Parts: sequence; C-alpha cells; structure tokens
Amino acid sequence: MYYLKLILRNALRHKLRTGLTVLGIFVAILAFGLLRTVVEAWFAGADNASATRLVTRNSISLAFPLPITYSDRIRRVEGVTHVSHANWFGGIYVSEKNFFPQFAVDAASYFPLYPEYRIDPALMKTFMLDRKGCIVGRKLAAQYGFKVGDVVPLRGSIFPGTWEFRVDAIYDGADPKTDTSQFFFHWDYLNETLKQTVPRRANSVGVYIVGIDHSQHAAAVSAAIDESFRNSLAETLTETEKAFQLGFVAMTEAIVIAIQIVSFLVIFVIMAVMANTMAMTSRERLTEHATMKAMGFGPARLSALIFGESMAIALFGAAIGIVATRPVANWFASKLGTLFPVFGVSGNTVLMQLGAAVLVGAVAALFPGMHAARLRIVDGLRSIG
Amino acid sequence: MIIPFSYAAKNVSARKLTTVLTAAGMALVVFVFATVLMLQEGLRKTLVDTGSADNIVVTRRSSGTEVQSAIDRAQAGIIENQPEIAYGPDGRARVSKETVVLITLRKRDTDKASNVIIRGVGAQGSELRPQVRIVDGRMFRPGSSEIIAGRSIAERFHGARVGEQLRFGMRDWMVVGTFDANGSGFDSEIWGDAEQLMQAFRRPVFSSMILKLADANGFAALKLRLESDPRLTVEAKRETVFYAEQSEVLANFIGYLGLTLSVIFSIGATIGAMITMYASVASRTAEIGTLRALGFRRSGILWVFLLESVLLGLVGGVTGLVLASFMQFLTISTMNWQSFAELAFSFTLNPSITAKALGFAMAMGLVGGFLPALRASKLNIIDALRAA
Repeated sequence: MYYLKLILRNALRHKLRTGLTVLGIFVAILAFGLLRTVVEAWFAGADNASATRLVTRNSISLAFPLPITYSDRIRRVEGVTHVSHANWFGGIYVSEKNFFPQFAVDAASYFPLYPEYRIDPALMKTFMLDRKGCIVGRKLAAQYGFKVGDVVPLRGSIFPGTWEFRVDAIYDGADPKTDTSQFFFHWDYLNETLKQTVPRRANSVGVYIVGIDHSQHAAAVSAAIDESFRNSLAETLTETEKAFQLGFVAMTEAIVIAIQIVSFLVIFVIMAVMANTMAMTSRERLTEHATMKAMGFGPARLSALIFGESMAIALFGAAIGIVATRPVANWFASKLGTLFPVFGVSGNTVLMQLGAAVLVGAVAALFPGMHAARLRIVDGLRSIG
Repeated sequence: MIIPFSYAAKNVSARKLTTVLTAAGMALVVFVFATVLMLQEGLRKTLVDTGSADNIVVTRRSSGTEVQSAIDRAQAGIIENQPEIAYGPDGRARVSKETVVLITLRKRDTDKASNVIIRGVGAQGSELRPQVRIVDGRMFRPGSSEIIAGRSIAERFHGARVGEQLRFGMRDWMVVGTFDANGSGFDSEIWGDAEQLMQAFRRPVFSSMILKLADANGFAALKLRLESDPRLTVEAKRETVFYAEQSEVLANFIGYLGLTLSVIFSIGATIGAMITMYASVASRTAEIGTLRALGFRRSGILWVFLLESVLLGLVGGVTGLVLASFMQFLTISTMNWQSFAELAFSFTLNPSITAKALGFAMAMGLVGGFLPALRASKLNIIDALRAA
C-alpha cells in the first residue's frame, strides 16, 4: 500500500510530462485498437461463413458464369441437401461512390440456406409474389434511408440498362456479426429481362450455393461436384464458403499486411516516447535513488518502484484508450457506412491493447530500472541532475 | 545578437539517449508518412504509364471496366471506320479490338488464388502500346494457342514463365514470351490472340477497342460522334483518363488511410518532442538565465529552442526517409477493386515526397517545441539564475 502511494506520487510529480505521456499512450492505444478492428473487419466475411455451405463457381474465374442446368446435376451429388444460385449484379445506385453488394438470387432456395437473415414472413410472402421486388439489409436501409415500398433504381454495369426494384422487406441479422449490407432480388427478373435484351447471357448463374448434410463431407462433396463437370464447357471450382471468402481477403492481402505492420509501428512510436519519459525521470532522480539506496532500499525494490511507475502511466493511458475505442469505432462505422459490413471492437482487440500497454510500460522501465539497480551510492549522490 | 546555431546543434547531441528515442519516434512517423506517399506515387505512375494520351479506349456505356464491357462485331466495324483514326504505313487503321477477361491463377509463393487479366489483342495491339517490349522468348503467333505474360505475372504466378503452360477454356496455352511494359499496368496482364481467346472462352464479343488518333485534338469530335450514334451504346475515353479512373478507389483508399495514420502517429511523436523539449528547458533553466543576463533577447531564446526542436525533427525525418528509401526495392501487388484483378506497383520516391516528408518532420518538431520554447523565453532572469 505504501509503495503504491509512492509510485503514484512519483508519477504525478511532473504533472505536465505525465499528462503528455498519458495522452500519447491514449492516442497510440486507440489507434492500435482501431487498426486491429479494421483488420478484423476485413476477415469478418470469412468468420461468419457457415461450414455447411459450399460455393461452386466457374473454374476460369468468377467473371465467367455457369449454366443454370448444372443445378439439377449438383443436387444429385451425394451429401448435397440444398442447391441455390446467385448472380453478382454490380449495379450503381445514383453514383459510383454508393457501393453495396447486390445479388440476383433464387429466393425460394436461397433464403432457407441463410437462416441468419431474419425476415418477417408476411413481408417475405409479398416479396415472393413481387417479381420486381427486393430485400435489403438493415444496415444498408439505414445508410440510404430505404423503406418498405420505396423504389430503388440501379444502373447496371454488368447487365446494361437501368433497373428498378421495389423494397418489399428489410432483413435483420441473427447476431451483430451478420452482414446486413446486402441487396437481394429475384434471379428470374434478371433472367427474363436478359432473355429479351442479351439472350446469349440468359440462363446462366454466377455461383451455386450448395448446402451439405455435414461439414465433414465438405471436401468429398466439393471434389464430387467438380469431378462431374470435368472436361465440360464450364468446369467448376467448389470450395467452402469460408475458403471462398478468404480468397477475396487473400487478393487484398498486401493491404491487410500493411495495416497490421502499421498497427505495430504505432506501438513502437509510443514505446520510444514512453522510454524517453522514464529515462528522463530517472536521470533527474539519480541523487534521490542513491539516497534511497543509502537508506536501505535494495536494487530490486528500487527497480520495482520505477517499473511500477512506468506501468501506472502506461496502463492509465491505455485504460482511457480502450474505453474510447468502442465509441470511436462506432462513429467510424457510421461514417464508413457499408464499406465494412461488420465493424465492431472484439474482446480479442481489447486484450491485445492491454498487452501492448503492458509491453510499452515494461520496455520503458527496463533501462532506467536496470540503471537504478546498478547505481553506486557514491556516484548517485555526486551527480548533479 | 543571435545565439549561434552550434549552440542548438550541440544541445541536440548532448543527451544521446533522449535524442535517439525522440528522433526514433519521429523517424517511424516519417517512415509511415513517406511510404504512403511513395505507394500513392507508385500507383499513379503505374497507371499514368499505362495509358498514352492519343490512344482512345472505347467500352460499353457505364460498364466502368473492360472486363464488364462488351462490343459486338457490327459495332466494332462502325467504330474502326471513324475518320479521326490514324493509319499505319501498311494502310490499315491503327485499331486493336480486344477481349479482356479474368482468369484465376495461383501465386508461386503462397499458392493462393488471385484474378489476373488476360487480354486478347488484335494485330496492332502491341504497336499501340510502345512501352511493351518482349524481354524473354518471343511474341505469340496470331491464330495459335500461344500467350505471353507480363513481367510481374511471370515472376509471381505458377505456369506463367516462358516454356510453361496454363490451362483454361479447355485448352493448354503455351507461354512463349515474357514482356516488360516499363512498370505500367500491362506488366500485370497476360496477352494472347483476341480471336483465339474469344473462341476458347465462348465469348463472341469484344471487350474494348483501342484507337490511335491521327491528331490528338480530334478526340472531342470522335467522342461526340461515337456516343451519339444510335447504333452504338459506347463511351470513349482517353487511355490516360481511363486508367486513372481504374484505380481511383484504390488510390483514394491508400490516401485516406495514410493521411489518417500520419495524423494520429504525428500526435504521438509531437508529444515525444514536447516532453523532450520541456525537459531540455527545465534542466537548463540556469543556463537560460545566464544567456539572458549576457544580453540575449527573449526572442533569441525562443528562436534557439525552436531551432533545437526542429533539428530534432530533422534528425528523425532524415532517418525515417532513409528507412523509407529502402522500400523502393519492394513491389506491392494487390487486387484493384475496380478491375477486380491483380495489379503490381512499387514504392516510388521523388523529390516532392522527400521535401514533404522532411517538412512534415520539421513541422512536428516545431509544433512540439513551441510551448517549451515559449516557456524558456518567458523565464524571469532572476528566478532562472536562482534555479541553479
């Protein structure tokens, strides 16, 4: 108790310096937390993927479609329980800046595969009967102010023309990590229109979503599906939804790695600042440390005092930083809109913030602590600040 | 009377550990600041070099990218007969009808899949891009299943080196050459014969057309005619503009992220400088009193402490820049969100970035040193002399 008081007194001796250091640590820990959150948001799509859903696509690349006739052949593969299909629409809402994912889906088979999308059954019924209807996610609706009954025009970049959809329902996520920034409409509407405008592109789908009976069968079922289309005009590539999503992350891996490196750099910056503070503090107190040694304080105890002071400053700054991370992240999330479908501070991030603070505090106290422990009483008493 | 510069310089080097720690913090900030600018510059340079000003790209209206675009043969016939187009010595219009698709290839080092642009070019495709040179092997023969790969694709993807084979579209394609496109976006592409690729992919339409103008001023008239022709639904852009737009999102993302990070980081480093300078002032109170007693003015004291702080910033800035300059050996490759394909570009350092980074470092020193310097200059002579 007595030591604790001494540590606190010491820490508060240079109020301005301690205040500035705490401010620096606060900013660094906050920045670190936000950067970790960005990295996690990058992986969010893959983390939420179900283990019992597979995605089958054209093996050349996602830009190539598959024939609709594959549906029945996939259904016949052992272990497959559901088959649905979707097309990436890639439409532009008013301007290029307003990006959000749009999918033309076979609603009757698609939504049963995604139980995490909660939709009011009555509204779902309306949607099923409305060929030009669409279902939008809660987050998307909030960002653009879509309400049930609104008409949303999209300018097609892949499928020419301007398309209009009526919002029939808004879906919620089963848990906060569910992506509610998507836009779904009837594949039939897309297909019927294409039959008239670009017949060569009709009756094709972007990806098949395959529900399987057990996650353990994923590898076998994937191989069986791909085998059945080998040497056909459109060979397939089937992988789990998670692998499919991770494929997207891997393509932008360089950016994720850069953000990760930078998030550690910010800790190094603050480590230098904090180490400087502690070095200056103990340099000024050489005489004092020598006096304490003369009074009978052992080297270990003296180092512990410095260590404790360093920790107190680091943890105090970190505590404010950690508390501030969540509101700031939420503010960012509201500004970023649907850029990151899921943007929340995880428990893991908080732990890493805490770990970083402890590391900074410990490293900063290392040299001053060692120096104080080794200090010869005579030298210390002789020194003049 | 002015306090000599060497007084400030010697003070910076007097307490080595503190100077090193403070400057190290600043160096890291300058490093991040400079690398972001270098990345942006590298991306810009890659795409500026990709386009040439008198080349025109024609794509389907509002398709945005070549991959999403489609131009059928009848439309292509209309477009290639426009009067503004240049004619080559062989008497043929300088036009390349191209088909651009994405294929998935696996990287050599990580084995992860990524999208690569494969471009089927017409007979004049490489003449319209003078920056493209074959550096290994030879050009593909028209009408054969031969392809050539850009330098950064050949290095990084399985099966893309000369002598290797790639399989797609139910055919094996022989890689017969590697080309260097002088750091432009074409380095991240694979080229083959347009007609062969269209058959293999069962895609009976072209993606885009590249036209060379006879006179660079003819663009406005050509654009107006093409875009108002009721038989066509196309848009025409200068190649330079087209490629700049292709990377707008990525460039903005890097820019915003870099700016935000630099600002946040600089707060930390500025605080570091401030702490150091406050300590510097506090430990030299008696010295300041002496200087004042000798006849140096308050403004002189303010000036010399600011100078000391800026020097500290400069040490950090130079260190950070030296570290950042090593990044020029690295090449970043990532997916360009708009074209959905792999794009390789490198960190590029230029004098403007050097100046910006050093200016940024000195500004951090200046801001961090201002309040301590002000305090030093406001000290009362008597009190300061007594402090000893």
